[in-house]
Amino acid sequence: MAWLVPMPVAGPLLVAAVIAAVGGMFPRRLVDALATVTAGAVLVVCVVLAREAGAGHGAPLVYWFGGWRPGSVARAGAFPVGVSFVVDPLGASMASLVSLLMLAAMMFSWAWFKEVKVFFRTIMLIFLAAMCGLCLTGDLFNLFVWFELMTAAGVTLCGYKSQESSPLQGALNFAVPNTIGAFMTLIGIGLVYAYTGSLNMAAAGETLRAHPPGSLALMALLLVSAGFLVKGALAPFHFWLADAHAVAPTPVSVLFSGVMVELGLFAIWRVYWGVFSGIPDAPEHAVRVLLLLVGTLTAVWGGLMCYGQHHFKRLLAFSTVCHMGLMAIGVGLLSPRAAAGTALYVAGHACAKGAIFLISGIFLHRFGTVDEMELRGKGRWAPIAGVLMVIGALGLAGVPPFGTGFGGEMIDEAAKDAGAEWVKIVFIFGGAVTAGAVLRAAGRIYWNLGASMEATAARAPRIEERRETRGHEGATPWTMWLPAAALLLVGMGISVWPGLQEAALHAAARMQETGNYRAVVLAGAGGGEGALARAALPAVHSSAGGIGTAAITVSLAVALAIAGLTGMLRGRVGRVVGAGIDWLRVLQSGQVGDYVAWLVAGMAAYGGVLLMGR
Amino acid sequence: MRRVSRLTVFFAGELGLAALLTAAALHEPGPTSERDRYRVATTAPSVDLRQVTDAVSAVNFDFRGIDTLGEEFILFVSVSGVLVLLREPEAEERGLIIDAADAGRDMKPTSAMRGWMVGTVGPKVLFGLYIVGHGALSPGGGFQGGVILATAPMIIYLADGFKVFRRIVKFRMVEIAEAAGATAFLVLGLLGILAGREYLTNVLPLGEANTASSGGTVVAISWATGIEVCAGFVLVMYAFLQHVLAKREAAE
Amino acid sequence: MIFYASMAVAGWLLLVGLYGIVTSRHLMHLCLCLTVLQSATYVMLTGIGNRRGASAPVYAGGVPTSAPVVDPVVQALMLTDIVVEATVVALLLAITLQVQKKTGSTDPDNVSVMKG
Repeated sequence: MAWLVPMPVAGPLLVAAVIAAVGGMFPRRLVDALATVTAGAVLVVCVVLAREAGAGHGAPLVYWFGGWRPGSVARAGAFPVGVSFVVDPLGASMASLVSLLMLAAMMFSWAWFKEVKVFFRTIMLIFLAAMCGLCLTGDLFNLFVWFELMTAAGVTLCGYKSQESSPLQGALNFAVPNTIGAFMTLIGIGLVYAYTGSLNMAAAGETLRAHPPGSLALMALLLVSAGFLVKGALAPFHFWLADAHAVAPTPVSVLFSGVMVELGLFAIWRVYWGVFSGIPDAPEHAVRVLLLLVGTLTAVWGGLMCYGQHHFKRLLAFSTVCHMGLMAIGVGLLSPRAAAGTALYVAGHACAKGAIFLISGIFLHRFGTVDEMELRGKGRWAPIAGVLMVIGALGLAGVPPFGTGFGGEMIDEAAKDAGAEWVKIVFIFGGAVTAGAVLRAAGRIYWNLGASMEATAARAPRIEERRETRGHEGATPWTMWLPAAALLLVGMGISVWPGLQEAALHAAARMQETGNYRAVVLAGAGGGEGALARAALPAVHSSAGGIGTAAITVSLAVALAIAGLTGMLRGRVGRVVGAGIDWLRVLQSGQVGDYVAWLVAGMAAYGGVLLMGR
Repeated sequence: MRRVSRLTVFFAGELGLAALLTAAALHEPGPTSERDRYRVATTAPSVDLRQVTDAVSAVNFDFRGIDTLGEEFILFVSVSGVLVLLREPEAEERGLIIDAADAGRDMKPTSAMRGWMVGTVGPKVLFGLYIVGHGALSPGGGFQGGVILATAPMIIYLADGFKVFRRIVKFRMVEIAEAAGATAFLVLGLLGILAGREYLTNVLPLGEANTASSGGTVVAISWATGIEVCAGFVLVMYAFLQHVLAKREAAE
Repeated sequence: MIFYASMAVAGWLLLVGLYGIVTSRHLMHLCLCLTVLQSATYVMLTGIGNRRGASAPVYAGGVPTSAPVVDPVVQALMLTDIVVEATVVALLLAITLQVQKKTGSTDPDNVSVMKG
């Protein structure tokens, strides 16, 4: 069973290398099938690992590469010399989500003909391996390596349609800020290594706990998080996301918005709890203040920009920014209930967003455009897509049984416990604005409403799109809408699957029992397993998945959609809101120099907030 | 944003970042008992436990082999990325490109320079192979040696032009070599699992320190990496040269 | 001493590299500034691994294992770092070539097709 642990990483890499070597000699369909089967196999393995990790006394599975477990080098005593993968239920579940979305994306791209040899499949598989590695690793530098692999594969996939101008801009704006962030992360890792002498998260954390570093902890945490903050698109590091996700090929956008960006936040969570928690004068309060502040800012910024877009993919990209803000709030509350809620939220959002991106791909395939105004009225030739689109919008709004509903409810509860009841309002705003934008688009596409543009979208960018596929005369191929439907089903099924909410809650609680968790990872430092099992586990409150909040959110969303479609937003109100959105648009200049300037300013600002919040 | 606004935002941030970094650097160092542990654990033990005298290679290919695997694939994916980004299928289809070999834009060195360049090719290849093969013994290894090996075809291009370069560097062969190197690394890792241990465990015979066959999988992985890195960089060079040297007719 | 010196140099490289990127008018210049920025990490890592009076972590040719050597782990990290840098620069240069071909300009401020 232990041999399964490296498989989510080694498996796809091996298949990718073999395909790169000999794939050209075989029929394309065979290569496609092999790649899709590999994604499916990784999904199965990750689910099995998640169950294994959650079973028993809840101790994570710890795997030491090269056999270098603590104690294998006599001179070093119990010091961990090798690189470890620490498989806990949440990490393995994240990896499962990644492989699920990859499977959907692979299936969708069967209809995609304009491929170059076998490159697309190879790079997608490597992308899969990198993301799984990031979810499972327990070593700081190893985290950096998978992060860089993910970025390199992401840049390539983003610029895949390199004949057009906007993918080049997207790839450039993706590469530069993410690379700068990654190198700041490396500086942070260097600082941690210089202080603690270890790259293993648990060992470094133990040293920090035993020898508290004072304010260095905050600075190191900030630097290490730099790359992940950029990847996770929190304001003001989020500018690149809209450019990149709007121009990437559809199956790639599914992965970008569904899991890649979320992995940035996951990495921050992992690093915080693995290395920086449990320190005596802990930066806990400062981190909470920062993440709540930043999350709110991101949610509002992303939401407003989302509503003001007409290019459907760019609309969805900004909606991802908005939801990332909401997820950052969930992580920032720093409690097991909030963490479990965020996990459910991430799963629900990934499925809903992924499905809607696939639908945008269907539009591109059938009608050759993803611009809301150009698509007006064409919906009647793609009815299934419409149904799925509306369901997806409900998922974005946080309607149960989507994961966003139950997850949002858990986060609200945790916020109430922490005295931050206003969080609920931010969630309602975020859900309403993003769902409202999608519903507005649906209204135009399917009910032929909204012939004239609303004031808020007057300056929305128009991006030239070219078809990614051939053969668009007939009905939508099943390989395109089936993955979308399947994703929506999973998104809804996750939270109501028996025992899953409780498992998530317990997993989060165990991870946040840092002392004992680290002891288990470093195996032999004394009976952590039993203590983990006996840890006080919070109880799941039976809930209706936040149906009350969801009702408010959906009503607001529908209202916003109708306001956009009818003349309501062309008057005074529309112009005022439009002016606000236009002011934000100035910042979103598309110029990489601006983005980097905001990155630097953001780092300084975050540092200031952290130091003030101590 | 206007330039002034951009610079204002930037300098405000830069000052803050500088303050942050200075504070972090000037902070008291960590506990001396803890800081040295990794060095102690990977220097003498690399000779004692793995018969490898170059501790850096031991760390790279044995203690932290999975990091190196990831790094190798970063190179692999970036090479694929360059090939993907530089392709121009439509221009090719419409016959608008005069191939790089015929475009006549190569450097034309004097015969003295040519002689000198061609003379260094052999030593380069030999030296590169030496560095790759002796990775476990002295400073070097797959990455360093692979890059040195990759400069040999480059010198050939500089000396004799793209046509000769293409005769020596067969694109498909190099692609296969790159993928083969990557596959070899992965398969060597699997040997550990087949032996009932963990992935990337060093299960090949370790030999004796200071001999060419010491180190077990360290040497094998060093070779696999060397091939992959060399092939990867040659492919990148090929793609860039082909793109830059070709002449393009303007489309109507 | 070397530690502080290397931290200072690393910090300077980082800040200067960032300045270069923000004020860049040519994509190749931007790539090279990114390289400068990335060099900051090499210098910092070297400084972290240094030990007073120690030599390279290589025991070839009969150097006893009791001899003081510097930290090989940071050198291994640097190796990975360098490969990452090379690959990112390769990708960015490929993007530069295509941008130049498509728009005729290499000014990063002119690449933006998507604004707002």
